[in-house]
Amino acid sequence: MRRAPESPRPPLILVAPALAGLAFLVLPLAGLLARAPWTTLGTRLAQDQVLDALRLSLLTATLATCLCVLFGVPLAWMLARAPVPGVRLVRALVTVPLVLPPVVGGVALLLVLGRRGLVGEHLDAWFGITLPFTTAGVVLAETFVAMPFLVISVEGALRAADLRYEEAAATLGASRWTIFRRVTLPLVAPGVAAGAVLCWARALGEFGATITFAGNFPGRTQTMPLAVYLALETDPQAAIVLSLVLLAVSVAVLAALRDRWVSTGT
Amino acid sequence: MLRSITAAASAALLLTAVAGCGDVDDGGEASGKTAATGKGGTLTVFAAASLTETFGALGKAFEAAHPGVKVRFSFGGSSTLAQQITQGAPADVFAAASPATMKTVTDAGDAAGTPQVFTKNRLVIAVPKNDPGKVRELGDLSRPGLKVVLCAVQVPCGAAAEKALGAAGVKVKPASREQDVKAVLTKVSLDEADAGLVYRTDAKAASGKVEGIEFPESAQAINDYPIVEVAKAPRSALAKEFIGLVLGPRGRDALTRAGFEAP
Repeated sequence: MRRAPESPRPPLILVAPALAGLAFLVLPLAGLLARAPWTTLGTRLAQDQVLDALRLSLLTATLATCLCVLFGVPLAWMLARAPVPGVRLVRALVTVPLVLPPVVGGVALLLVLGRRGLVGEHLDAWFGITLPFTTAGVVLAETFVAMPFLVISVEGALRAADLRYEEAAATLGASRWTIFRRVTLPLVAPGVAAGAVLCWARALGEFGATITFAGNFPGRTQTMPLAVYLALETDPQAAIVLSLVLLAVSVAVLAALRDRWVSTGT
Repeated sequence: MLRSITAAASAALLLTAVAGCGDVDDGGEASGKTAATGKGGTLTVFAAASLTETFGALGKAFEAAHPGVKVRFSFGGSSTLAQQITQGAPADVFAAASPATMKTVTDAGDAAGTPQVFTKNRLVIAVPKNDPGKVRELGDLSRPGLKVVLCAVQVPCGAAAEKALGAAGVKVKPASREQDVKAVLTKVSLDEADAGLVYRTDAKAASGKVEGIEFPESAQAINDYPIVEVAKAPRSALAKEFIGLVLGPRGRDALTRAGFEAP
């Protein structure tokens, strides 16, 4: 097939809205930077509460990403490959957390996993486990909202992957598990990595489901976004500082990951 | 160079587009201004979330008494509303749940006149209907194993809770410090927490699901609710009339029925 020669300059009709879009995304950030109290930055950052919230955010977002990969990759495989009846319905259900307001997601989690919830009741009665107001609750809330990002990303990669490699492996006598492990997974690894990164970023910024399901207690369930929200009530400058920290850390981590993993796939 | 000009131009374009959307949104207000010579118009009231039910009813009464006038409410956390007003939000009246949040507005010179305290609210202990923790008084909240949720100290109900607990000498280890009083109420009404400190009016509004227990130490932490006309209020005359309604017998009656106290 003959392709039209690529023009070195993109058409202006695309450039203008693209730049407008870019400005729209970047200007608020510039606003934060412009209003940040740079002189008191050091003392504000050194507060224990900030460090606690940051540590907790990084820990829970990472754990949530692990859970998402552990359960999301098989789920994506099922959606893409397994002959499940009503797969469209299942896919729609999987993406529900994407459109559900996170606060509602948090209430839903309470109704299921809370102390008097459908499942939580038994967890409490049989094992003495209660999830609300715990760090585990934060991880669950973040997993709930972040998992669809991973599933969608991995499912897309699975659909794009060439089936012939798997078929070839099958004709050579590999078991289905071996095929998944040695052929499918390496093929979609960039998709998994990209999905995991999205997942982690979403979990790091999670607010609504977390504060509703896990509550807000410094050092235990108060992640950075919660700390930012409460700081806004009394001290907007502190909120700006906290936001900048969150931003800097996430940019640093994402940049580091990009060099190591994600670029290998692009 | 060319690129930066294009960027600036598109940014300007974007801003006008956004401003355009805003105009559409404020259509009611704009048409209100044209009718300002008559008796119509839209009055915008920013009020603390705890006033949602009471002010909603008063707004209806105000509209009935002023044909052609619409009352538009923005209910929310007092500190958020105060910040919005200082950032130029088009409010006519501001009713806050604490003098501290009102001070944000008066300090910024955004209040026309002196705020007047129109009502008071006090804290009660909210427990789930079946009272799993067997809570009777404030001192019970320090019992180990009892799941207590409080408001965060940054918001008025949290500050009041600290004051009341401090006055009673009760040390509580809360399971969570919620972002507002309604969040505390949710945790209690869903039976996730054994007890929480909320305003008496909130407990009353949720009386089907939670029980409010009065405690004497709440007298140490009574929240005053001030109301004021916002400086440069677009509908200044209506704003004064609305404040008059809230301060008058009709307003007092509605507030008392909701569980508020006379100032």
